[in-house]
Amino acid sequence: MARKTPDINASSQADIAFLLLVFFLITTTMDVDKGIPRKLPPMPEDQQQQEDIKINRRNIVVVKINSQDRIMVGSTPVDVSQIKDMIVEFLTNPNDDPTKPEKEVKNIQGLGSYPVSKGVVSLQNDKGTLYNTYIQVQNEIVRAINEIRDQFSTQRYGKKYAQLDDAQQKIVKEAIPQNISEAEPKDVKGKK
Amino acid sequence: MGRFRKSGKKAAPAISTASLPDIVFMLLFFFMISTSFRQTDKLVQVKLPGATENVKLERKDLTSYIYVGSPIPSKQAQYGTDSRIQLNDSYKTINEIRDFVAAERESLQEGDKEQMTIAIKADENVRMGIITDIKQELRRCSALKIMYVARQREAAN
Repeated sequence: MARKTPDINASSQADIAFLLLVFFLITTTMDVDKGIPRKLPPMPEDQQQQEDIKINRRNIVVVKINSQDRIMVGSTPVDVSQIKDMIVEFLTNPNDDPTKPEKEVKNIQGLGSYPVSKGVVSLQNDKGTLYNTYIQVQNEIVRAINEIRDQFSTQRYGKKYAQLDDAQQKIVKEAIPQNISEAEPKDVKGKK
Repeated sequence: MGRFRKSGKKAAPAISTASLPDIVFMLLFFFMISTSFRQTDKLVQVKLPGATENVKLERKDLTSYIYVGSPIPSKQAQYGTDSRIQLNDSYKTINEIRDFVAAERESLQEGDKEQMTIAIKADENVRMGIITDIKQELRRCSALKIMYVARQREAAN
C-alpha cells in the first residue's frame, strides 16, 4: 500500500502572498495621465496647393501669442484670465451681433433644430512662445467651450455636461462644436 | 440522566484564518493586474504645465510618449541644456519621429491603429518652436491624435 503523503503545511502561504502583495503595492503607480486632447489637421498634399477654406471673417477669432508671451484676442491685447469670457461671448453671440459668428440652424438627431455657431477659434503662436503659456491659452479656450456646454446642458437636461450619458454628450458636442484651428506655423511678430 | 455542560468557562472560538490567503491572493491579483512598470528611463527633465480642463487619457496601451525638455543633470555635460526630444530610451532628432511613429503603429493591432494617440510630455519651459516642429512631423506621418499631457491644477478664479 502506498504511503500516504503527509499534508504540506500551508500556513506560510499567507505570508508568501503578503510578501508579493506588498511588493506590488509599492511598485504600483496608478496615476493616469491627463491632458488636453487635440486633433491635428491632416497634412495637405505636397502638390496640391492648400486651399484656404473660406471662412467668413466674422466667424473667426484669432488668438495670438507672441514670443514675449503676450496674448492678443482679435486686436485687443489681453491677460490669460480674460480669454475665457471673450471666447464665450464670441461663440455664443447672444445679441446676434453682425460682427460675431453666424449661426446655422442644424437638425441634430435627438434634439431637433438648433442654431449652431459657426465660430472658429484660431490659435497662432510664435516659435519663441513658452509651452506653458500655450497650454494655458489652450486650457482657457477649452474652458470657454466647456462653460458653454455646461450652460446648454443645464438648460436642456438639468445636469452638467460631465454628468450626461454618452448619447446626450454627443448631442451637446454637436450643438456646441469645439472648433479650434491651429494655424500653420508662422512667426507672429510682437507688436512694437 | 441530565447531562451537564461545564458552563461559564467558555472560551471564544478561534477565528478561522483559512480564508486569509484567499483574500490576500485576491488583493495580490488586483495589484498585479493594475501595475504598470515604467518602461523608459527619463533622460529629460519634465515639469508638466498645469491645466484645469484635463481629460483622462483613455487607452494607455495605444499611447506613445514623446518627451521634450532639458537633459537630466548627469547628461548635461554631454548634451548641454537645450531642449531635446526623447523617444524610447534615447535622445532623438525631429527626423527620427517618423520612424518612431511607424514602429509604434506597427506594434498595434490592425483595428487599433486609427486610435493611436501620441502624448506629448513637454516641460513647461520649452519653446513652442520645437513643439511646432514635432506637430508638423506628426501631421506628416498622419498621427493626428495627440494629447498635451498636463498636471491638474486648481482653477485660478
